[in-house]
Amino acid sequence: MDAKRADKLMTGVLYAVAGLIIIILASLLGYILWQGLPHISWHFLTSPAKSFEAGGGIGIQLFNSFYLLLLAMLISVPLSLGAGIYLAEYARNNWLTDVVRTAIEILSSLPSVVVGLFGFLVFVLQFQFGFSILSGALALTMFNLPLLTRNVEDALRSVSFDQREAGLALGLSRWETVTHIVIPSALPGIITGMILGAGRVFGEAAALIYTAGQSAPALNFGDWNPLHVASPLNIFRPAETLAVHIWKINSEGIQPDAAAVSAGASAVLIIAVLAFNLLARWLGNRIYRKVTAA
Amino acid sequence: MAKTKVITSENVKLHYGDFEALHGINLDFAEHEITALIGPSGCGKSTYLRCLNRMNDLIPTARVEGDIRLRGQDIYAPSQDVVQLRKSVGMVFQQPNPFPFSIYENVVYGLRLAGVKDRAVLDEAVETSLQQAAIWDEVKDKLHESALSLSGGQQQRVVIGRVLAVKPEVILMDEPTSALDPISSSQIENMLLALRHDYTIILVTHNMHQASRISDKTAFFLQGRLVEAAPTKQIFLNPAEKETEDYITGRFG
Ligand SMILES: Nc1ncnc2c1ncn2[C@@H]1O[C@H](COP(=O)(O)OP(=O)(O)OP(=O)(O)O)[C@@H](O)[C@H]1O
Ligand SMILES: [Mg+2]
Repeated sequence: MDAKRADKLMTGVLYAVAGLIIIILASLLGYILWQGLPHISWHFLTSPAKSFEAGGGIGIQLFNSFYLLLLAMLISVPLSLGAGIYLAEYARNNWLTDVVRTAIEILSSLPSVVVGLFGFLVFVLQFQFGFSILSGALALTMFNLPLLTRNVEDALRSVSFDQREAGLALGLSRWETVTHIVIPSALPGIITGMILGAGRVFGEAAALIYTAGQSAPALNFGDWNPLHVASPLNIFRPAETLAVHIWKINSEGIQPDAAAVSAGASAVLIIAVLAFNLLARWLGNRIYRKVTAA
Repeated sequence: MAKTKVITSENVKLHYGDFEALHGINLDFAEHEITALIGPSGCGKSTYLRCLNRMNDLIPTARVEGDIRLRGQDIYAPSQDVVQLRKSVGMVFQQPNPFPFSIYENVVYGLRLAGVKDRAVLDEAVETSLQQAAIWDEVKDKLHESALSLSGGQQQRVVIGRVLAVKPEVILMDEPTSALDPISSSQIENMLLALRHDYTIILVTHNMHQASRISDKTAFFLQGRLVEAAPTKQIFLNPAEKETEDYITGRFG
């Protein structure tokens, strides 16, 4: 077979494979949305869940998901930036750096159930944080940190050595070169990674079941003092998230409309994650254009 | 009358690990002159040039010995502020390396970081530097577009403008025109001739024509040694060493 025909054939095969993947993903998404969208209403999105009767919503779970996400990102974004910058710009090539890198790689491939059980043993029991937002946020940080650090490091490394040399040769200090030249160039990649990480955290269930807990006590949305028990901001209350709620309804739900609630909640979850992804792209492109004046 | 020496270097040796890339270079640079460093590939021109603003500090295996002074100050002295040194001794590389920002931001970068906020001062610096770099007329209407959207020759001149904005005393150039077409190259050569009145320029080049056209002095390197350094005319018309003559007439290298 000559090169030209082989090329044509392989191009065809690649198109077919890509098409197949798109069809699978699209039908999965379509199915979930098709099943769930009819159940979504303002009432469904804002009212509390019901354990035994029909007509429950996902209001509290939805709030919990966002609040946990916010806390987890507040902890993991600065840490991963620090660690990523250190690894990409300052770490020497020695065995210690290798150990750190390997540790990060292993951590990032750890199944989230394991992270959840670790969180249960350490944060819930040892530190006595109980089933709480705090335990959940720390477990999510454990789950998210390695991936974010990798992402920051990779984004920084993708900036060519020329740029660093140019900065240093201009009489910028090392730190100025990193903060004013390397990071701005890498920013779109860093932000995209952060937002994709947020999407992953938002949909995470296994790491939260034994840390943030499986109950969603009623909240008083008029009380924003974080020290009060019923305050939405209290970080020591248990907080079932949307993803955990879906898991729970499907495994032990006894509401008459369990299937409908689960379908609706799944659709909401998918839409939120989809929104994160689109936001990531949009923001990444925008920032890149802004920084580079392209 | 002998001109003031801006940079003096004495017995400069450089090791990359165990490999000695420079075997003891003695070379001085006079104020407001263009000195061309020539020699075959791998003879150590870039290595030597990068000793002069301590860019070799970035290479962990590189070790410099000898004495290099900028206006009498030992630049390898422990008290030397490297950042300050690189502000006085600017550098232009072979590949144009603008930052991925707007043309304007590229030029004012050094100033902004030095704390200059006054818009009028920055605008003024951009215009002066880009005019000196002979690129102002081509970019004055698109200062806020990305520097990456320019051609290679334009990028290189913006990069030179960026170096000039920091107001260095000496400019090191490592084959600044070798990635460019003949027209861009001659634009840069003319610009260098004009810049010579205010700056001391050290230029690595493989282009004999360029060296003979714009430099006042030429230094010929061979395998980590400085073979000879003399006024350019003398090097090209009447070199003292046989090796220099062979190289210039293209008999090797
Ligand atoms: N980072 C490095 N580590 C080890 N050896 C190096 C390094 N950089 C350069 N060398 C060696 O030092 C010698 C001089 O290299 P240098 O780059 O200074 O040559 P050059 O004269 O600039 O050549 P060219 O004209 O090709 O740019 C060469 O033998 C080269 O292999
Ligand atoms: Mg070189």
